Amino acid sequence: MFTSQEIIETINMVKQSNLDIRTITVGISLFDCSSDIPQRFIDNMRKKIIKYAGNLKNVANEIEDMFGLPIVNRRVALTPISLLTFSYSYEDLIKVATAIDDIAKELEVDLIGGYSAAVHKNYDENTRKFISSIPDALASTDRLCSSVDVGTTRSGINLDVIAHLGFIIKEIAQKTKDKDSFGCARFVVFANAPDDNPFMAGAFHGTGEGDCSINVGISGPGVVKRALEEKKDASIDEIYETIKKMAFKITRAGQLVLQYASKKLKIPAGIVDLSLAPTPKVGDSIAEILEEIGVEKVGGYGTTFALALLNDAVKKGGAMAASFTGGLSGAFIPVSEDSGMVRAVEAGALSLGKLEAMTSVCSVGLDMIVVPGDVEAEVISAMIADEIAIGVYNNKTTAVRVIPAYGKKEGDEVNFGGLLGGSKVMKINRSSPKRLIERGGRVPPPIISLRN
Amino acid sequence: MRAIITVVGKDKVGIIAAISSLLAQNNVNILDISQTIMQGFFTMIMLVDLQDCKLKFSELKDLLIKKGQEIGVDVNMQHEDLFNSINRI
Repeated sequence: MFTSQEIIETINMVKQSNLDIRTITVGISLFDCSSDIPQRFIDNMRKKIIKYAGNLKNVANEIEDMFGLPIVNRRVALTPISLLTFSYSYEDLIKVATAIDDIAKELEVDLIGGYSAAVHKNYDENTRKFISSIPDALASTDRLCSSVDVGTTRSGINLDVIAHLGFIIKEIAQKTKDKDSFGCARFVVFANAPDDNPFMAGAFHGTGEGDCSINVGISGPGVVKRALEEKKDASIDEIYETIKKMAFKITRAGQLVLQYASKKLKIPAGIVDLSLAPTPKVGDSIAEILEEIGVEKVGGYGTTFALALLNDAVKKGGAMAASFTGGLSGAFIPVSEDSGMVRAVEAGALSLGKLEAMTSVCSVGLDMIVVPGDVEAEVISAMIADEIAIGVYNNKTTAVRVIPAYGKKEGDEVNFGGLLGGSKVMKINRSSPKRLIERGGRVPPPIISLRN
Repeated sequence: MRAIITVVGKDKVGIIAAISSLLAQNNVNILDISQTIMQGFFTMIMLVDLQDCKLKFSELKDLLIKKGQEIGVDVNMQHEDLFNSINRI
């Protein structure tokens, strides 16, 4: 029997500190669905997704009931669609995109990822066509997510595609302007994208994965914050130790859900992503943890330091709690999804410059950042280039999910609802990086790529 | 399958009787029970065995929650594995 203290603590983790499982994601390989006839591909795909993920919603509900642990999202990740549609016309690509979206709706899956391409080395005509279809694909769907990998530590950075993506992101913003440019929230640019990431918009089923796997992404910043609240006068090493212990407990809950879901759905277990991911709810914020560690307002001096130790402690605590870990493990710092981050932006304490610095030690990068709609495409490209450089030269994953909200200017508000939250439009640096971006070409991989 | 039931609320007569008779009616065996006053609240913790219970987990949970509402306490039931996973290596 457990002690009363243990039981009450566990129940409080869920009831008062918002411990939840962020997502259960079923990854499905579509290689055996491919066909040069688009409709046949769609039919095969539909059959296969239903076969594996048809019961996802019920199983997730059952887990919520049994363990009393909320599961915020049910998701599906697919083989990067660009790999299967080389010969398709533009119209066929859009047809595939809407078909995927329809399947997600039918299965009541919250988001479905994999309208993706990897272009870190070469940018051929087929992939160019695919990337050009992303704005229409996102504008004509609601749940489909898309990503493009533009650089890796092993192969360098593709500036040609980065230059193109600045325009693509502006186009997505324009085509989804009725919803505050919501389409941009479903598109992410990556460096060193992991194959087994359960988090959107970047989830896809990597080519090294098997036929099907199930991954779990955990959450629970509230639990960590609450634990730190009881350590008001503790030294920083004690703070670190507390985060580590809580990360262990949260990850154990994730591992339990992974095993259970894997057994029930008869799908091999993949990874637990050891993450602290915020939701827009008050008390479920990474920013609040950083402030509890001792930074008055996120964005002030000391923020990068606090985030670095948080991130490392989460990984260390979680690594022992789960057998297979992966994805984007660490602390997420999306702006619009985190009530504390939004507050810091409104107070003028958190700038884009500081966010970029923070991304050198966080788990992803510039995430859910709303910028003025009239931003030059080259500025977006250059923001991407900076962030990708941080990833490639430091051998980590980084990403950019930026939203140039159409028709909005600095200080205006946007609201996406649900997990994606809302935020004020941030101030950007207007100096033009046009000459740099227009050079195009490829940046060779850094010297650390020669390690063997 | 075993589960942990917790009952938290203002202390009064008949809480244990109400919950345990509901469990008995549904063939749920109580394996362990402890009761204490924590942070000013009556707190009861039960380890139960659901092996012979005919109801689905969620159905029994709903019944317990409803009974709790009737007598003014907060009732919760969770699979034992959650506590095992989080608290035991």
